[in-house]
Amino acid sequence: MSNYTENELSKDLENQEYKFGFTSNIQSDKAPKGLNEDIIRFISAKKEEPEWLLKFRLNAFEIWKKMIEPEWAHVHYEKPDFQDIIYYAAPKQTKKYESWDDVDPEMKETMAKLGISLEEQKRLTGVAVDFVMDSVSVATSFKAKLKELGIIFCSFSEAVQDYPELVKEHMGTVVPSSDNFYAALNSAVFTDGSFCYIPKGVKCPMELSTYFRINEANTGQFERTLVVADEGSYVSYLEGCTAPQRDENQLHAAVVELVAKKNAEIKYSTVQNWYPGDKDGKGGIFNFVTKRGICEENSKISWTQVETGSAVTWKYPSCILKGDNSIGEFYSVAVTNNFQQADTGTKMIHLGKNTKSTIISKGISAGKSHNSYRGLVQIHKGADNARNFSQCDSLLMTDECGAHTFPYIECKNSSAKIEHEATTSKIGEDQIFYCLQRGISEEKAIGLIVNGYCKEVLNQLPMEFAVEAQKLLTISLEGSVG
Amino acid sequence: MSKSDKSSIHFTNHLEKTSISVDQALQNEALATLKYASLPTTRDEAWKYTRVAKINKIEFKNEQSSLEDIQKFIIDSNAITLVFVNGHYSDKLSNRETVDGLTIESLSNKSNAVTSSLPQNDEIFNSINTLFLNDGVEINIEKNSTIEKTIQILHILDGVDMMSNFKTIIKAGDFSKASVIQGFFATENCSNSFANVTTEVKVGINAFLTIDKLQYENESSYHINSEFVDQGKDSTFTINTVTLNGMLVRNNLNIEVNGENCTSNLNGAYLLKNRQHVDNHTIVDHKVPNCNSNEMYKGVIDDNSTAVFNGKVFVRKDAQKINAFQSNGNVLLTDDASINSKPELEIYADDVKCSHGSTTGQLDEDAVFYLRARGLSEKSARKLLVSAFVQEVFDQIENETFMAYVERCLAERFSWIS
Amino acid sequence: MVTIKNLHASIDGKEILKGLNLEVKAGEIHAIMGPNGAGKSTLASVLAGKEDYEITEGSVDFDGADLLDMDTEERAREGLFLAFQYPVEIPGVSNINFLRTAINEKREHKGEDAISAKDFMALVREKSALVELDAKLASRSVNEGFSGGEKKRNEIFQMAMLEPKLSILDETDSGLDIDALRIVANGVNTLKSDTNATIVITHYQRLLDYIIPDYVHVLYDGKIVKTGPKELALELEEKGYDWIKAELAQ
Repeated sequence: MSNYTENELSKDLENQEYKFGFTSNIQSDKAPKGLNEDIIRFISAKKEEPEWLLKFRLNAFEIWKKMIEPEWAHVHYEKPDFQDIIYYAAPKQTKKYESWDDVDPEMKETMAKLGISLEEQKRLTGVAVDFVMDSVSVATSFKAKLKELGIIFCSFSEAVQDYPELVKEHMGTVVPSSDNFYAALNSAVFTDGSFCYIPKGVKCPMELSTYFRINEANTGQFERTLVVADEGSYVSYLEGCTAPQRDENQLHAAVVELVAKKNAEIKYSTVQNWYPGDKDGKGGIFNFVTKRGICEENSKISWTQVETGSAVTWKYPSCILKGDNSIGEFYSVAVTNNFQQADTGTKMIHLGKNTKSTIISKGISAGKSHNSYRGLVQIHKGADNARNFSQCDSLLMTDECGAHTFPYIECKNSSAKIEHEATTSKIGEDQIFYCLQRGISEEKAIGLIVNGYCKEVLNQLPMEFAVEAQKLLTISLEGSVG
Repeated sequence: MSKSDKSSIHFTNHLEKTSISVDQALQNEALATLKYASLPTTRDEAWKYTRVAKINKIEFKNEQSSLEDIQKFIIDSNAITLVFVNGHYSDKLSNRETVDGLTIESLSNKSNAVTSSLPQNDEIFNSINTLFLNDGVEINIEKNSTIEKTIQILHILDGVDMMSNFKTIIKAGDFSKASVIQGFFATENCSNSFANVTTEVKVGINAFLTIDKLQYENESSYHINSEFVDQGKDSTFTINTVTLNGMLVRNNLNIEVNGENCTSNLNGAYLLKNRQHVDNHTIVDHKVPNCNSNEMYKGVIDDNSTAVFNGKVFVRKDAQKINAFQSNGNVLLTDDASINSKPELEIYADDVKCSHGSTTGQLDEDAVFYLRARGLSEKSARKLLVSAFVQEVFDQIENETFMAYVERCLAERFSWIS
Repeated sequence: MVTIKNLHASIDGKEILKGLNLEVKAGEIHAIMGPNGAGKSTLASVLAGKEDYEITEGSVDFDGADLLDMDTEERAREGLFLAFQYPVEIPGVSNINFLRTAINEKREHKGEDAISAKDFMALVREKSALVELDAKLASRSVNEGFSGGEKKRNEIFQMAMLEPKLSILDETDSGLDIDALRIVANGVNTLKSDTNATIVITHYQRLLDYIIPDYVHVLYDGKIVKTGPKELALELEEKGYDWIKAELAQ
């Protein structure tokens, strides 16, 4: 698996020269505020997109205009004004801090605790723009290796230029523009994202991480990701990082589409630590993501995610188990603290025969936060011998937080085997006191307990990510018991 | 329960009022119920899935029996045994032994009046049990005594249209430890009979009491069993209910946990075939903090049989730090078999750990095929899987002698391979 | 080893300990008995450092150090062990992992190296045999799914592993049958040495047939009102706590 660590990355950085990689021919680098057909054309033109993609965007925009923003019973937030957002800004503009001194000391401390090296910290906070990796320099060694195997891993924009047929064939097939409000919005104005293609029979030898994407480290506002694993292939894809992601852009509406062809396997892991805003929850990120995978015969898609932070999260990774014998898995730890609200869950749609799905969802609520899990297991008429196992656990760390579970099981086939378990428990002062009385400090005790609780999910993450995720969980729950 | 101007209960018309000394106030309450009530119908929530109307079609009687050979009903040949036929105590068939710290007496031999903690008002079967009580047994385990020998109570129905009203009273003194077997049987000559049984238990402070109960009457018999248990602090109470026969069996188990640091274990296994109906209603009422309860009931339902499970766990407002687990698993072997399962948790405290689960399914056909591919016949394969399913409950039963007898019943009635 | 002088403690504004005095020397076993609400569990919690309680007056000297000045985990690392009346479950954290962390925290505190895996496993085998704790239970999550008796035995197992100077057993016997009681008592007796001491808090005399105390104290209304040899426990069981009440009234 991946051996290239950030230490090696920094060494590379030291040894290379950097060029500013962005040149643009168009006068303005920012679109005016607002969303209309002209803005969309502007975006498409800036990115030099082919006609078919412009049509795709415009079509999505038409659909979006007819939709109404959804209401969610358990999530309350101030609705973003869609006309008050800038939908395109050149990458250069997203430098956020003038100097290292301007960066929030708390954020610096967190990153240090997470074991992130200083150079990496600077890169992640966007301080030194000149540290942005250049496509020719650092990522070269990776690209070479991947190229040998025929694996394509690049930005979405690049893929549109270099591999239009592949993109056209699969884009929108898993998450159609009409799917939901945010998917439609994203389809109209998406900025960039990742594209990955694994050819037939190839097992990708390393974890593909967005670290290695050549664009800036900040997650785009309207990201679009497409991963296609051709017949018999395997890929493990990592997204996000444990460093707190700060952004002035409050609204994030991403779309992730995964296509697993016959006998293929995609493992998609996300570790996300959104900056939650201030202690009163103001200024936090609204994170609305539509993630879905489609499984052909004998294929498998696993979603693993560890999320903390955002003020409002709305996220339902799902699997369409179209092919016979296909498998869908979902492992998740969602932590909410202070005033955060999470409404997350998954959808497993069983269409083919002998399909199997596993859902393990662990919610941890602290402060005054609310964590809701919504899971849908849908067994269609022709889905003979479907099997599902769902386990939704909630861990409450204070008296004022809440956890809610809404499992929906829709079964139209009598040969199905569906199992659902839900437990709710509390880390009380009693458990902490017990550990203290055995000589274990409170911080260590919370770490032990929370990691024990999330073990099943953390075990699904690739090793390095798992270690970071563990640290992240402990830090995000510091001082939260009681 | 519907009330009418006059009683519509006539199945007790030929029964004689009890000759046991029963508390007068209790009898009055029971009389009042009998006077106005009628049998529960499916419109009564507690009897929603269990039809008892047919009971009224039989005019039951109660007669002493001359039964002599009860060898096959003896579950534990080394136990202190009391035998009751049609509810009447038989000294001849019993095997009594004096043991330090233990007093066992049939109710007919006691002078002080029998009382009851079971509700009479609106409860027709409890009231009938009170008014027509044939006999019963009172078991007293003295404070600080550990009774090594098992105490065995056997209740046998013999004859046609027989009804027996029978009561067991167990008082486990503080710091005592004892184990009781209750066996319910019917002879080959028995048909259309009815055992209406009540059991009342008081578990003292830091006492340990286990009841292993086997219901093995026949396919034309009714069996209604109401149990009330009062647990004192620091005590551990276990009750294992194995139901392998009976046309209509209804168990009402009610455990009131009145002291802190108690453990309550309820295990049940029910295997049905032909046209049987078994209904298990349980209540665990946690009134005080720091207690645990574990409930596991599993059923295998074949042919045209039906089963009902309704488990209620109450955790009252001040009952903090309760660990309560409840699970009910069912396997349906045919398309005509059915189960109605309703696990209920009513929690009023906020620092508790409770879970409940209910599963219903068929046998795993892949597993059946696998076993057949290894040479087992289809029948054997299915039996093996069924026994594996129920084994989880049997693993909880510590009394090996009891389990050995149960296994013989399983072999006899279901041709199980051990 | 430990000297408690005039200890006053309250919770939620209500005073529970009202001037408690107690001295326990190394090598001794002291039993504390008393009616419900007298303050037995409060004493245990206060000595362990539970923050819910407010110390309004008094001092506790633990081998020359001021116990009340230390945090809970510090007291533990200095050698104070509490066998809880209601041991807590910690799902997901294995007994082994938990103990290893505790042992290493103590070692770090003393400037020692962490225990090696080999030594640790040897220690586990030795001590679990002492309390007849099934090896399987040792690797399960802390107290999860343990029966009442197993939880209490697990407390003694932890005590054996941590080798404390002063152990406080808070109603370790309640809810146990005779066999379990014997095992627990045997464990405690085997661990007794000249350099450690034990305070046994119990409501019933039963346990003291197996763990023979050097002194029996009666805790009544927040104070130790009577101290005597082991026979005092039998007298108390026979005559009940009303007898003490009457004696005090005189």
